[in-house]
Amino acid sequence: MAVTALGAGTARRPVVRLRKMEDERWLALALLAPTAILLGLFIAYPFAEGVMLSLSSARVGDPGKFVGLKNFFKLADDNIFWTSVWNTFWYTGVTTVFKLALGLWLAMLLNRHFRGKAIVRAFVLLPFIIPTVLSTFAWKWMFDPTFSVINWTLFKVGLISARINWLGDADLAMASIMVVNIWRGVPFFAISLLAGLQTISPELNEAAAIDGARPWNRFWYVTWPLLLPVTMVVMLFSVIQTFADFQLVYVMTGGGPANATHLFATYAYQIGIVSGLLSEGAAVSLAMFPFLFVIVVVQLLYIRRVETR
Amino acid sequence: MAEVTVRKLNKMFDTTHVVKDVDLEIRDKEFVVFVGPSGCGKTTTLRMIAGLEAVTSGEILIDDTVVNEVPPMDRDIAMVFQNYALYPHMSVAGNMAFGLKMRKFAKDEIDKRIKRAAGILGIDELLHRKPRQLSGGQRQRVALGRAIVRDPKVFLFDEPLSNLDAKLRVQMRVELKKLHERLAVTSIYVTHDQVEAMTLGDRVVVMKDGWVQQVGEPLELYNTPANRFVAGFIGSPAMNFADVNVVDRGGTMWIENPGMNVRVPDHLQARMKPHAGKPATLGVRPEDLHIATDADPADLTFTGEIEVLEQLGSEILLDMRAGNSSVVASVEPTLRARVHDKIKLGMNPARMHFFDAATEAAI
Amino acid sequence: MIEGAIWRRWVFSNLPLILFVVVLLFPFYWMIITTFRPDGELYRPWNAANNMPFWTNKPTLEHIYYLFEETNFARWMFNTMLIAAASTLISLFCGVLAGYALARLNFPWAGSLGTLIFITYLVPQTLLFIPLAEIIRDFRLGDTPWSLILTYPTFLIPFCTWLMMGYFKAIPKELEECARIDGASRLKAMIYIIIPVAVPGILSSGIIAFTLSWNEFIYALVFLSSPDQKTVAVGVTSELIRGDVFFWGSLMAGALLGSIPVAIVYSFFVEHYVSGLTGSVKG
Repeated sequence: MAVTALGAGTARRPVVRLRKMEDERWLALALLAPTAILLGLFIAYPFAEGVMLSLSSARVGDPGKFVGLKNFFKLADDNIFWTSVWNTFWYTGVTTVFKLALGLWLAMLLNRHFRGKAIVRAFVLLPFIIPTVLSTFAWKWMFDPTFSVINWTLFKVGLISARINWLGDADLAMASIMVVNIWRGVPFFAISLLAGLQTISPELNEAAAIDGARPWNRFWYVTWPLLLPVTMVVMLFSVIQTFADFQLVYVMTGGGPANATHLFATYAYQIGIVSGLLSEGAAVSLAMFPFLFVIVVVQLLYIRRVETR
Repeated sequence: MAEVTVRKLNKMFDTTHVVKDVDLEIRDKEFVVFVGPSGCGKTTTLRMIAGLEAVTSGEILIDDTVVNEVPPMDRDIAMVFQNYALYPHMSVAGNMAFGLKMRKFAKDEIDKRIKRAAGILGIDELLHRKPRQLSGGQRQRVALGRAIVRDPKVFLFDEPLSNLDAKLRVQMRVELKKLHERLAVTSIYVTHDQVEAMTLGDRVVVMKDGWVQQVGEPLELYNTPANRFVAGFIGSPAMNFADVNVVDRGGTMWIENPGMNVRVPDHLQARMKPHAGKPATLGVRPEDLHIATDADPADLTFTGEIEVLEQLGSEILLDMRAGNSSVVASVEPTLRARVHDKIKLGMNPARMHFFDAATEAAI
Repeated sequence: MIEGAIWRRWVFSNLPLILFVVVLLFPFYWMIITTFRPDGELYRPWNAANNMPFWTNKPTLEHIYYLFEETNFARWMFNTMLIAAASTLISLFCGVLAGYALARLNFPWAGSLGTLIFITYLVPQTLLFIPLAEIIRDFRLGDTPWSLILTYPTFLIPFCTWLMMGYFKAIPKELEECARIDGASRLKAMIYIIIPVAVPGILSSGIIAFTLSWNEFIYALVFLSSPDQKTVAVGVTSELIRGDVFFWGSLMAGALLGSIPVAIVYSFFVEHYVSGLTGSVKG
């Protein structure tokens, strides 16, 4: 008996070579390192730097000194700043409603079988693919005060008799910018929502039809609630992008006429880069952060609620 | 009260002709099963009756009204889908209430009906759950409940049991049968499972390649199949087929092939006469074969070699080779035999089937 | 499908769809027609009697010649291409590794790190461009392609990581376990088994990352200043507008030619692009 016990005690155990990369924690660390370095260097650090900058009096060529919240107090008294805050919300709100409505409509139109569907879908997405600045120039040219093809068309149809100065009037300029944003955003909504629609089993709509639901009821009671999670995520991306938009306004009006169409980003650029007041520009940019933060948190909470119910 | 009539029904998808000249009269309170292999057009036919597919040509009548152009919601039908199609975002009660709400029923009437249906199906406990919290069998019941509360003219079932495991399938099959007896509503049921068809149907419609092959009561299909396809499709294990030649030996019809030499039974002699000298197919079900004894006339027996022996307990299935054809025989479990044994089998003359080799129609 | 009468299909489906397609594509048509239209026709007032905006009988290449002879357009194209390709490769490398780690490995804070990546995914470029410009200057990267090659990954990596996480999660674990039992180390199982299986996902991320970097504007506008360092978008904006004078013909030619590489890449990989786009919103 004793012999057996002894034998068991000295049983050979293989020598385990130490392999660090077999340990999930080390492997994860190695795989995440490049990402962490790049994001730390060019997101976390600039964010901290931005906060410092906004609390200083720096301008181009002058590091400045710490001035506390002075830049933000100055903004609170700045009418143009408040105009751009209002503009940003108005711009985001209006375009999102239109992008959602039109995008959903287009998605439903594409969610059928017809010949050439793949090609139509590919073409529909083009406005979203082509660099925004470049396609916006095409729009700016279409809205040109003297040579506008839109004016020409409206005139030929008989809707107007005198020219419309699309980008010369504050409200019209804002509306024009919105049109371009909607034009660019609808494809993204449509294609994403189309993917969402395709995950909804057609059997559900058929069951509802047999249950006696008219097309509108089928949409409202079956399709829409099932599409809601995807819709919310698409909205989240779109709202953030629109809220922080720069290119459209920069190209279309540059913030004009008379600073009437500035958004957060274009105003920050105007002050921080064009005028060289780095600290104040950084403050305008950062002022966007609390708003963005609230939007993101609210939407994420809502998405979670929609997905778990 | 509801009769469903289908006249010369056709369906084309682009250039594929999937349903061909289907004619059918379904009587009030009848349970009719469409059965056939996948792609035979049975589901398409059902979906046309439901109004989910447009009719290419022909007519569908519910109670003497042509409903070709009537949208599904106005046909007063209920349907149970293969994947149940439960609305994932609504509770069980919500799912059952939806069809009634769409038809603007009063709240208390809806509650009453849900309660009654839930009682019948034994799902009272589940009314507040979401579909994803249910097991397969429970979902199946909810899907049935959703159809029952509607109290429709016609029930349509599209392979409703195919997603259940074998045991549950048998159980639900029995329940469906009881349910139909209790509710007595005209029902149309699509399946690819011939056992379901035989057990559930008052009448069975066998389809293949878009054509109706035969319509009849289950036993009628089993006993007198109209053609070789129906003969092979109905019954399990499937009917044995052997290619034979019909020969005239002094006015008596015989069939022969390398493994057998058999006299055609008397009641078929007259019908076989025109086929003399032509090839034909002999069909015998495994259960109509037995171990030959001295009592068996020699001209109704043949010899085969056992290749595989499947002991099922209640019977033994012998997979045998006889000449150039393979044959399955179902024999008494008391048989003592081994693989490669040679055994003489006898046929029941009353239950032999012959089919034209070219048209495959029964002779 | 629940079918309806043919006239209904036309009124409610086909006509609106055609209208959508026409409106969505018209600006591109406008770009093309302007590119090939001589100045004499371009600058006709909108209500001039002889204005024929939708067609030209005297197509010309003068605007395209102008682009290549009077501006650094070829150089801009090259810069953009280089920057987009380099930043896409860097982002793919980082994103695939990080996505694998977050989707497949168990380690402390894996969940929080995933959330953090998602949040950086939501940080818009316009939030940080001013301090980032300062940092770029401090690192002496200003006015070089590196200023963009290194900063574009800040918005591309989170996107690639997020998308790749989805693809990796969809690959059955057994595949990797089988490879490890067959003698592969974790790293080898990843490189030889999981990454090849995820190639469609990598293609999707890469194509979208490429179009996103081609589309980027504000960093390029702020970080680059000398004419021969610029990208197409910035070059076209700054060099083809003199004060209030727009060289519309050349501008549209630049917009058209600047869009073509993206359009070509897109046209070859539409399916990958769409699946990536929709994968990114499914989360």
